[in-house]
Amino acid sequence: MALSEHPIADTFPEAASPTHMGLPDAAGFFGEFGGRFVGEPLIGACQELEEAFIDAWADPEFRNEFIDVLRDYGGRPSPLTECENLSQDLGLRLLLKREDLNHTGSHKINNVIGQALLAKRMGKTRLIAETGAGQHGVATATAAALLGMSCTVYMGEVDMERQALNVFRMRLMGAEVIPAMSGSRTLKDAVNEAMRAWVAEVTDTHYCLGSVMGPHPYPWMVRTFHEIIGTEARQQVEALTGGLPDVAVACVGGGSNAAGLFAGFADDETVRLIGAEPAGGAAAGRGVPAIVHGMKAYFMQDEVGQILEAESISAGLDYPGLGPEHSHLALNKRAEYYPVTDEQVLDSFQLLSRREGIIPALESAHAIAWVVQEKEQLAGKTVLVNLSGRGDKDVRQVQEILDVQNNTVNGAPK
Amino acid sequence: MTATTTVSLEAHLNERIADGRKVLLPYVTAGITDDWVDLVEAVIDAGADAVEIGIPFSDPAMDGTTIQEASVVALDRGMAPAQALDELRGREYGVPLIAMTYYNLVYRYGHERFAADAVEAGVRATILPDLPMEQAGDWATAAAEHGIENILLAAPVTNDDRLAQIVERTEGFVYVVSTMGTTGERSDVDDAASVLARRVKAAGDRPAIVGFGISGPETAVAASRESDGVIVASALMRKVLNGESVEQAASFVGEMRAALDAAYPAN
Repeated sequence: MALSEHPIADTFPEAASPTHMGLPDAAGFFGEFGGRFVGEPLIGACQELEEAFIDAWADPEFRNEFIDVLRDYGGRPSPLTECENLSQDLGLRLLLKREDLNHTGSHKINNVIGQALLAKRMGKTRLIAETGAGQHGVATATAAALLGMSCTVYMGEVDMERQALNVFRMRLMGAEVIPAMSGSRTLKDAVNEAMRAWVAEVTDTHYCLGSVMGPHPYPWMVRTFHEIIGTEARQQVEALTGGLPDVAVACVGGGSNAAGLFAGFADDETVRLIGAEPAGGAAAGRGVPAIVHGMKAYFMQDEVGQILEAESISAGLDYPGLGPEHSHLALNKRAEYYPVTDEQVLDSFQLLSRREGIIPALESAHAIAWVVQEKEQLAGKTVLVNLSGRGDKDVRQVQEILDVQNNTVNGAPK
Repeated sequence: MTATTTVSLEAHLNERIADGRKVLLPYVTAGITDDWVDLVEAVIDAGADAVEIGIPFSDPAMDGTTIQEASVVALDRGMAPAQALDELRGREYGVPLIAMTYYNLVYRYGHERFAADAVEAGVRATILPDLPMEQAGDWATAAAEHGIENILLAAPVTNDDRLAQIVERTEGFVYVVSTMGTTGERSDVDDAASVLARRVKAAGDRPAIVGFGISGPETAVAASRESDGVIVASALMRKVLNGESVEQAASFVGEMRAALDAAYPAN
C-alpha cells in the first residue's frame, strides 16, 4: 500500500520540500536524490520493507515498544551537556547532545533497535549489516542478541585491523564477522558485500543498513529512527536556554546522526545546519551526483563515474557518498557541508578530552573541529554539537599516532 | 550473415529461435586482457548468437566474485567506457553486441552520447542491472532513438503483475535471473530458473534467456529446457583470469554450442 493511501497516513509528516525534511516522494526521491536503484531480485524486498515500515510506524504499539526499548535498554533520553570550559576558550556557548552515552556508545543504537524490531515484526530471523568503524556492527549484534536473532556483519578487512576490539565485541555477542576483501577493503566494499548477501538470502534475512543511504525506504526509515536525537535536543536546548541554538553541527559520513539532529531543526530557518565531512571523503558539492548503492546522491567519483575510495582517520566516515536527503539539503543550501582535515580532528579529539573530560569518537571530533575552526564567526552564538559517539574505540589508534608525532611512549616523554 | 546495422537484437534472436536453435550469449569484460576484442570475435566464431560486453564498474554489487575480479583487472589496466566502445569500433561482428554495465557509467557519459557511441561500436542493446523498470524510461527513450534496445531482468521473486510489466517493457529479451544469488558459476542451475522461464514465456512472446550460474555445457543444456538459451559470464571469465588463451576460452564456448545443438537440434 502506498503511504498516501494508508488509513493513518496523517500520522506522517508532510512531503519533503527544499527546506523541510519530510516524506520522500512515491519513488523514494528527496527532490532529485534517492530512489531505488537496485537489481530486480531486491525490488520486492525493498517494497516489502517499505510497506512494513509504513505499517509499523503508523502503529502506536510499535512506536511505544521502540521508545520503551530505547529508554529501558538504550538509556534514552541522552543528556545535553553545556561545556563551560570550552565555551570560555572559544568565546561561544557550546552544548553537546550526548549520544556517546547511549548503550553501545553511539547514536547507532536508535536505528538498529528500530530495524530489529521491524525485522522481527516481518518474521525475519536473521540480521545482516555492514560496518565501518564497527559501531553499527556492534549495535546490530547487540540488537540481534537482545531479540534472539542471528547476525552476520560485513566489515572491510582494513577496518577489521583498525578496529579489532569492535570485531571482538561483535563476536562476543554472537555475531559472525566476515571480512570484505574487495576494492579498498573499507566501508563501501562492506556495503557491496552486504548487498550481495542480502540478494542471496532475502527471504529470512533483513539487511540492517547503518546509515541514511541505500535504496528507498532506507534513507527515510533510518532518518526517522534517528529523529529522536533532534526531537530531544530541541526540547533540551529550549529548556536550558529558553530558545533555539544558532547552529546545529554534526559529523557526516553517510549522514545518519546528522540527519537525526537536523530533523529536529530543519523547519527553524534561524538554525544553521552544518555537516562536518572528512577532507578525504567529502562528497557534498561535487557537481554531478552518482547512482550507486541503490541511490542517486553526491559521491566522490572520477570523470567517467567510477566511485573513488574515501580516506579518513575515522573508519566510520570512510564513505565516499553523502546520503540522498543530505544531498537534497546541500543542493538547496538548507544545510551546509564543510570538510575538516585529519589533523584538525586529532587536535579536537585531544581538546575535548583535556578541557571537558569527554573523549569523543574520531567521527564526532569532526564536528568539534569545525566549531574550533569557525570560532570567530560563531562568537557569542549558541552552538549545538551532536556528540555522536564515544572515543574508547579510537584511543589505541590515537595513542599510536600521537606517540609517533610527539616522540612519546604512551603519551609520556621518552 | 545478417548485417547487424539494420536488425534489432530481438529480431535477430527471434529469427534464430524460430529455427529451433537455443541461443548462446557469452560475456566478455572489456579490457580484461589486451586481446579482449579478439576474444569477442573468437566466441562469435565459436557459435555465439550475441555477445555481452561488460564495461567494468568500480562497485559491481550485482556481480559475484569472478566478474568483480575481472572488473578490477580491467580497471587496473585503465579501461574506461569510451575506450571500450572505441576499441570495439571498426570491426564487423556479424552478431549484435550488448553492453552490460552499471547505470552510473551511462548516466555520467550522458544518455544521448552513450547511445550514439555505443551504436557506432556495434552495440544493439544494454543490460543495466541496477536500473529497474521504474527508472529506465529516460535511458530507454534515448537508446531507442539510436536503435538500441534496453533489456530488463526478471527474478524468481518478481511477482506476476510486475513480471507482466517487465515482459511488456523489455526489449531484446527478458534476462532470467536463475537464482537469488549474484552472478557466478554453479554446479546446478536453480529449479527457480525453469519455473521463471516458464512464467516469462507464459506472460508474452519475448525471448527468455537465463543468466547467472551457467558453468558449462551441462548447465547450459539444463537451463535451456524451458528457456530460449543462456548467458555464460563468470565461467568464461574465470578461464581468462586463469590465463587461458583466446583459443582455449573460445573452445569452451564451442563446447557449449555443440552441447546445445546436440540436445536441441534445429528444425
